Amino acid sequence: MDKTVNQKAWFLVLPVFLVVAFSAILPLMTVVNYSMQDTFGNNQFFWNGVGWFKELLDPSTDLGSRFFASLWRNLAFSAIILAIEVPLGIVVALSMPRDGWRVAACLVTLALPLLIPWNVVGTIWQIFGRPDIGLLGYVLNNMGIDYNYVSNEFDAWATVIVMDVWHWTSLVALLCYAGLKSIPDAYYQAAQIDGASRWAVFTAIQLPKMNRVLLIAVLLRFMDSFMIYTEPFVVTGGGPGNSTTFVSIELVKIALGQFDLGKAAALSLVYNLIIIIVCWIFYTVMTNVGAERREQKGVA
Amino acid sequence: MENIAWMAWTLPTAIFFVLLAITLGTMTWLAARYPEAERVGILRIPTTRGDRLFISLIMAAVIHLLWIGFVGTDTIATIPHGENGIELSSLWLATVISLASAVAIFRTV
Repeated sequence: MDKTVNQKAWFLVLPVFLVVAFSAILPLMTVVNYSMQDTFGNNQFFWNGVGWFKELLDPSTDLGSRFFASLWRNLAFSAIILAIEVPLGIVVALSMPRDGWRVAACLVTLALPLLIPWNVVGTIWQIFGRPDIGLLGYVLNNMGIDYNYVSNEFDAWATVIVMDVWHWTSLVALLCYAGLKSIPDAYYQAAQIDGASRWAVFTAIQLPKMNRVLLIAVLLRFMDSFMIYTEPFVVTGGGPGNSTTFVSIELVKIALGQFDLGKAAALSLVYNLIIIIVCWIFYTVMTNVGAERREQKGVA
Repeated sequence: MENIAWMAWTLPTAIFFVLLAITLGTMTWLAARYPEAERVGILRIPTTRGDRLFISLIMAAVIHLLWIGFVGTDTIATIPHGENGIELSSLWLATVISLASAVAIFRTV
């Protein structure tokens, strides 16, 4: 820990910094400028100070109530899909074959949903779930289950969640599979000699070895689901009512539907802050979990 | 100036960004001129000056938003200047708290 780090190499990223400045930093600065002003179009702006932020953080206003409602909705959505996708992904990874042609077959099959663009996934499920021509909707309704994602909130949520699970569980499974592949056979042989049960092998060998990839999977899936836009937009359009309007959908409604640039800018800055904080926490935990383990090994 | 009209600049946001740029520039120069070692503070993670600056800035943003949400931005004082004077919002207290927290973060984290 006493070694000083020479940071001069960072100057080598200057060219990239210039590109990013042009494509991200200048637009972001513009968003900050917008968030402090009101506009009626025609590039005329009026100073509003922190007025939009006050409205945004006050749940009794229209903007605030919409922001908080979509934020809780989005957090609930992220929590639900993580609670399903992570255990399911682990189970899928554990039941995958270890060698032979079946590995390749499994990997290709698993990778298929990941290769489909978001709006196509949305369209597939939008049609799949329709009660009149969609296979899923038609079958469910003929089995006596009243299913209609356009008019029923629960059905809309179920459809969006199942769609996300269908689309992204593969990612968790593939990451876990990579983690499992890196475990040397000697560990399993030792466990066999000790007469360890299947559960003991899982909790003592496989789960600790998958620790890092699981963190990456949770981080990726949280960020993706927290920023989700296209799929629910295509399937439910945020409805019925506002029941599947997640933060990004609300943001686009305010920014491009109502063209309230100030409100939308304030919302996106707070949204951005939440994402930066979550990213930083995940990143810090990820890098330090590894570092601590290395140190412990060094001591031992 | 017409080329940047689309960015809708205002004096307060310009001052904010200039201060931010000066801070980043100074920290960059410091990091290059006086290389430093990471150290482990109360968060029990190794941090450099840059990490501590990042945490301070994020904390400042959070403190200001919490202040706006929970305390509000009522006027607490008026500086006698011109006809009506310049009204000071209580949000400046959040700025003071942010600066204090930044000092604390740089010393302990």
